[in-house]
Amino acid sequence: MRSQGVIGWLLVLPAAALLALFTHYPVVATIVDSFYATSRAGRPGPFVGLENYQVMVADEVFWKSLWNNVWYSLGTIPLSITLALVMALWVNSAMRGRTWLRVAFFTPTILPMIAVANIWLFFYTPQYGLLEKLTTSLGFATHNWLGTESTALACVMVVAIWKDAGFFMIFYLAALQSIPPSLAEAAALEGAPRGYYLRRIVLPLLMPTTLFVLVNAVINSFRLVDHIVVMTRGGPNNATSLLLFHIYQVGFSFWDTGYAAALTLVLLAILAAAAIGQFVFLDRKVHYQ
Amino acid sequence: MSSIQLESVSKHWGAVRALDAISFQAEPGSFVVLLGPSGCGKSTTLRLIAGLDTATAGRIRIGGRDVTELPPAQRGLAMVFQSYALFPHLSVAENIVFGLKVRKVAPGERDARLARVADLLGLAPLLARKPSQLSGGQQQRVALGRAIIAEQPVCLMDEPLSNLDAQLRGEMRREIRALQRRLGITMVYVTHDQTEAMTMADRVVLLRDGRIEQVGSPDELYQSPRTAFAAGFIGAPPMNLLRLERRGEAWHFAGTEARAPWAGAGADETSLGVRPEDIDVAPDGALPARVDTVEYHGADSIVAAQAGGQPFLIRLPRHAPLAPGDSIRVTWRPDHQHLFNARTGERIPA
Ligand SMILES: Nc1ncnc2c1ncn2[C@@H]1O[C@H](COP(=O)(O)OP(=O)(O)OP(=O)(O)O)[C@@H](O)[C@H]1O
Ligand SMILES: [Mg+2]
Repeated sequence: MRSQGVIGWLLVLPAAALLALFTHYPVVATIVDSFYATSRAGRPGPFVGLENYQVMVADEVFWKSLWNNVWYSLGTIPLSITLALVMALWVNSAMRGRTWLRVAFFTPTILPMIAVANIWLFFYTPQYGLLEKLTTSLGFATHNWLGTESTALACVMVVAIWKDAGFFMIFYLAALQSIPPSLAEAAALEGAPRGYYLRRIVLPLLMPTTLFVLVNAVINSFRLVDHIVVMTRGGPNNATSLLLFHIYQVGFSFWDTGYAAALTLVLLAILAAAAIGQFVFLDRKVHYQ
Repeated sequence: MSSIQLESVSKHWGAVRALDAISFQAEPGSFVVLLGPSGCGKSTTLRLIAGLDTATAGRIRIGGRDVTELPPAQRGLAMVFQSYALFPHLSVAENIVFGLKVRKVAPGERDARLARVADLLGLAPLLARKPSQLSGGQQQRVALGRAIIAEQPVCLMDEPLSNLDAQLRGEMRREIRALQRRLGITMVYVTHDQTEAMTMADRVVLLRDGRIEQVGSPDELYQSPRTAFAAGFIGAPPMNLLRLERRGEAWHFAGTEARAPWAGAGADETSLGVRPEDIDVAPDGALPARVDTVEYHGADSIVAAQAGGQPFLIRLPRHAPLAPGDSIRVTWRPDHQHLFNARTGERIPA
């Protein structure tokens, strides 16, 4: 028995070591770092207690990024999930060319982030971008979509919806295909219209998928940084600065690692709260087979 | 009560002829069993009657009304799926009243009907459970409940008992039959189990490769199978078929010197069918044979024997006083033998 226990521990050792090295240690180090000033010229920074957090409260860019992120999440998540569901229902129906449609919907997801951002950058380019060509030919005044504070965040959100919807669609499609066709036939025999069947049978059966997608979407929206780096670098006037982008700038542009650690902890707390909240709140309404 | 009529109904999937011009009729309030081997088109027939698939050709009438083009909901029927098709997120009660809710039946009446059906099927203590918390037999009864609460005149069932153990299957068989009688439902019931067909049916429709092989009461199918296929499908174990050879004017069992007890004209290739339970072992029997194995079943024994290289089964009461290797002679009453054209499978009239 005893040697079995030892062997057991030996077996999990590689995984545990990797986890500790790349997950647990960085988390602990980040917590510790957030209470120290940034080290300068090779000398470790002094212990500063909660000073980094006080700086944060006064940091306008932090608040701006946080609010941007909230708007970004509220704007992208419901839309991309709804879109994903609609697309999945569509490509799940028996019709000609549905394979092509599935591929088309899924393509944005498999494109590299950088390529996607560049494509959209071209759409939004002032004067000769696709969007400009369209709007000016319709007689609208020229508009710098990404360069204007009022529209920049919305433009970034459109890209995210376009990219995420196809990804979430795959999960919905898998879930839809696991619903036995006899359920639809039974409902049809009872005279249930298609809308009733969708509302009362399909949507409830998709709830576990929705929960999973929702948690992922929230986490993704708070982890987004690559679009921003390529498309706007947070501008204009921090209009598109999201939380992780702000952390990235503080940490790797200004090299204020102590403050960046404190910001990271806030981000982690938000993500943990979101995930736990969703599971606890939605679990009660979700049917698991 | 409604009758069901199929008039040369066909269903083709591309080159596959799942059903080829089949016609039969179910009298109002009768229990019709669709019987046949796997892939013969039983489920297809049922789905066409239900309207879940559309027929390639032919007409379907329910209660005298042509329903060939109507959607499933307007055909006035209920169906129990082989997989039960219960909604996994709804409770037993919600599953049963699903159709009533769709049709906006008043809550008062809905509850009354639910209570009646739950009582009938012994589901009352289970109404709050989810399907995943039920045994196979209980799920089956929920599916049954959903079908009968609709109070439709026609009910279709696709192998509803195939997932159950032998004992439960026997119980459910009697329950379904009793229920069908009590409610006066016209039932079309699919199975590939000939015992189920024999015990439950008023009429059996025997299918083979998308065609009707024989339609009749269980007794007719047992007593006078119209083809060699029907003879080999009905009965447990089914009828023995022995090849006969013509030598001069007389018929012999193929591979033996024994004369067959038959003097008809017959085709060149003829089989003689005789049921295992109709064969007797007798010292002066016409056909000499050798015992291969003896299986003891309790009430009877099944003896596998062969004559001239042709295997056949004998059913004897209790313990058969025989052992493998024994030489025996067997006989049967002439009115228990059936003759078939071995090439076409058609019955040769006596
Ligand atoms: N969607 C389909 N496409 C092509 N062929 C089909 C389709 N559905 C059924 N078939 C074919 O039609 C024939 C009859 O099928 P059916 O399901 O009616 O058989 P069955 O008698 O119910 O068999 P089982 O006892 O195995 O359920 C089979 O040969 C089957 O392969
Ligand atoms: Mg079938």
